[in-house]
Amino acid sequence: MCSNMVRCLGDGNTSLQKLATSIVFFFCLSDVSCNSVEQKIYVELNNTVPCVRLLNATHQIGCQSSISGDTGVIHVLESEADLEWPLSKGPNPPYMVLLESSLFTRSIMMKMKNESNRVAGVAVVVPNTSPPEFSPHTTCPNENTGVYSDNYGPNLAHCNTTVWNPRGNGLSYEEFDFPVFSLKEDNETEFIKQCYLDHNRAVNGSAPQYPLCAMQLFSHMHAVTNTPTCMRRNDINFSINPEMVCDPLGDYNVWGSIRPYNDTVFGHKENESVVIAAARLDSRAFFWEVSTGAEGSVSGFVTLLAAAQALREVTHEAPPTRNILFAFFQGETFDYIGSSRMVYDMENGKFVIDLDNIHSVLEIGQVKNLVNNLQSSTAGLSFLLVEPNVSQPLPPSSLQRFLRAQPIPGIVLADHESAFNNRYYESFYDNAANLNLTYPSDLSPEEQLEFVTDTAKSLTDVATVVARALYKQAGGNESLVNNIKADPKIVTQMLYGFLVSSNNSWFQAVMAPELKNILKPSPPEYYVGVAMSSTPTRLVQYLLANLTGAATNLTQSQCQKPDELPNESRQMYSYLWVQGIVPPNSTERDSFCVRASVRLTKAVSPAFELGEYASKDYSTWTESRWKFIKARIFLVASRDLEMLTLGVGVAVLFTSLLVTYFISTKADVLFSSTREPASAAY
Amino acid sequence: MTAAVFFGCAFIAFGPAFSLFIFTIAKDPLRVIILIAGAFFWLVSLLLSSLVWFIATKATNAQDLTLQKNLLIFGSIFSVILQEVFRFAYYRLLRKANEGLAAISEEDGPPLSVREMAYVAGLGFGIMSGAFSMINTLSDSLGPGTVGMFGDSQYYFITSALMTLALTMLHTFWGVVFFEGCERKRWWVIAVVLCVHLMVFSLSLLNPFYVGSILPVYAIMLLMAVWAFFSSGGSLHNITLLWTCRKSNTETSS
Repeated sequence: MCSNMVRCLGDGNTSLQKLATSIVFFFCLSDVSCNSVEQKIYVELNNTVPCVRLLNATHQIGCQSSISGDTGVIHVLESEADLEWPLSKGPNPPYMVLLESSLFTRSIMMKMKNESNRVAGVAVVVPNTSPPEFSPHTTCPNENTGVYSDNYGPNLAHCNTTVWNPRGNGLSYEEFDFPVFSLKEDNETEFIKQCYLDHNRAVNGSAPQYPLCAMQLFSHMHAVTNTPTCMRRNDINFSINPEMVCDPLGDYNVWGSIRPYNDTVFGHKENESVVIAAARLDSRAFFWEVSTGAEGSVSGFVTLLAAAQALREVTHEAPPTRNILFAFFQGETFDYIGSSRMVYDMENGKFVIDLDNIHSVLEIGQVKNLVNNLQSSTAGLSFLLVEPNVSQPLPPSSLQRFLRAQPIPGIVLADHESAFNNRYYESFYDNAANLNLTYPSDLSPEEQLEFVTDTAKSLTDVATVVARALYKQAGGNESLVNNIKADPKIVTQMLYGFLVSSNNSWFQAVMAPELKNILKPSPPEYYVGVAMSSTPTRLVQYLLANLTGAATNLTQSQCQKPDELPNESRQMYSYLWVQGIVPPNSTERDSFCVRASVRLTKAVSPAFELGEYASKDYSTWTESRWKFIKARIFLVASRDLEMLTLGVGVAVLFTSLLVTYFISTKADVLFSSTREPASAAY
Repeated sequence: MTAAVFFGCAFIAFGPAFSLFIFTIAKDPLRVIILIAGAFFWLVSLLLSSLVWFIATKATNAQDLTLQKNLLIFGSIFSVILQEVFRFAYYRLLRKANEGLAAISEEDGPPLSVREMAYVAGLGFGIMSGAFSMINTLSDSLGPGTVGMFGDSQYYFITSALMTLALTMLHTFWGVVFFEGCERKRWWVIAVVLCVHLMVFSLSLLNPFYVGSILPVYAIMLLMAVWAFFSSGGSLHNITLLWTCRKSNTETSS
């Protein structure tokens, strides 16, 4: 309010502006920025997402700006041929190139990378509808940390047989030394384009006139070169507050089991045989944090959660011979951080079981389109499982890390026979629309939560098959297999919560009270990050606990200290206090204590535990730190006007110095009427 | 708009005040004290008038923009009047102080004449007024952007600096004329100064029509300069004396 008005009125330079200035100075100190002149100049862009710098053992990838931001004259690119203007023809370099998403291609970005002294930065406008296909990831994901290498299956390594992600253009793994930001298609972007049309268009082939519309992007990254360099710089102990420059990527893996394990007894367990069911939790995109990974990861772990829930009853009635361990790995996108850490822990006796305890592994990969084949199988389900040719390598999957350590029988369930079907692998377009998650338009959010979509039905079928397969694999009673059915309601609620809006009533009911702030009206971000507190990990932990555990009668204080009770033990189970639902006629939640054998284990790459920052065996990915990231637009004046101002200023200063000196030395001559007439005229 | 504009505008706005300060005020500590006290008086007048304006705005509807603009104009007029009142108050204070200074000074008579005090007081008002006008704008001129995104003129910084320069000099001249008028008990002088101040304020309302605001203000500044020159003891005779003095100096030396 105050700032708006002052802007309208603070134009003159006398008492008006002085008055206004004094007001804003004295009384607006606690308000938002009330600096009226600043508001005449700069427009801050609030809905931008930067691309940040990531480093590994040998390279740095991502984008960097200079420490005081990069300023460039805005140019809206119309086609690839129009690149001539910013790269060679334009008279006012450097340029800030604004791209529509259809022009965000490898060839255009590479051309700008090569002429980067004329390109100050790039802004990409991300539309609401997805292009036909786009994947900024590499064609061969995680090619150096899987099980195939030059020593083992060299004809299968490095995608020599099957190129998994043929649509990948590898942009996420390129290094740019200018900032790249993404803008949404909203009013701010319209304003930017209007500013460009008003000021920056060349009229009839002549150069555009000053003042020109310009954009400034700040995304200065502190880390350089590679991980060993930045970790070494983290350790410099000169000052009391050491400046960290990068952090290793990582979070927590979530695991749960049918029969609980004592959390303090590690290493090999005699006569213990475990079937592991695995899925991955994370994904990434070109820009920082805006990853949705619907087909890439959400389809997989939602199916696994539904299978875990389907197995709950039958494993209580007739427990199978072998234990089943559900594992959700974080950080798999970045060279298998989570699974390599679990395998490392198993090899070194830091996990509750050992690699020798593993009977087999079943991993759920990308399962969106498993329902294509409508031939019904024996169980009355609508798809057919096909085993590919024996010379087909395994797709990028956590199973590869287990196989690297020890030969273990395993299956990866996926909807693609060779190359991925996913057209938006590891991109910001892999969202609910990619999974064909559509709701009728007249439903309220609560009704959408309950509505069973077709996607949910197909994933339920997959979950049923997985649950039955796991039960049989674990040596359960064959006659009970057909009773195992996954619940489509739970699947559709999970899909809604993970892909549309995480702040819904069901997620609120299963979460702890102190964690309810991580629920937002938008879907969660699946980037693994460095803060060790990513939302998907927490959600999956609490969901797995609610779906496989048991509700108890413990009070809140008992839930925090269950060891005082005779039958409860914190070593065997974890006790989580959850909010519960709101009963119809009251406002208080029915909170209760869930007892489940669900644990979190650290998912940070073993390279950082061992200090081998240049490791070739483990993931060495780190994310750079930065001070602030922002973007703004403004007009820039011509150099001539600036120099004119400076010239006039210097002239005024010198003239006033001369005139004042002259007058002050002759003052007694000039102002002498109060004295007696001068005795002599000099 | 970068360092070039920052220094250019700073020199334009504060160059003459700065040169006046180093050549005429800096050597005499008494003058420095009177300068700073004058600046303080101006500051207090602005504070009180802005208090009035602030209460007025808080008591009325904040969304009604024309009402707020009218309130601001009213507040500014009140501020102009209050500045002149404080100038008069400062005059009275200095007169009283002068007697005390005369008593303790080593020379015969007061160490500063009323004319010198008038000039210093006026300059104090002018410097503080210029600072409040310009510092805010100057700090924004350091960044890479310039004014104009929302339709303002791109010459905003230069014209701000020029207006600040004019206002600083005007306050100096008004100080001289005002004190002289009070000394000679010519009360109409006070009324004229007040009117000219109000006229300059209303001309500034014409911004951004800079031709209509800056040129008349500079014309008024020249007229006030002439009046201040004559009322502080100058005369045409002195100027011709200066001229012939220089001529004879060059004649005798050559």
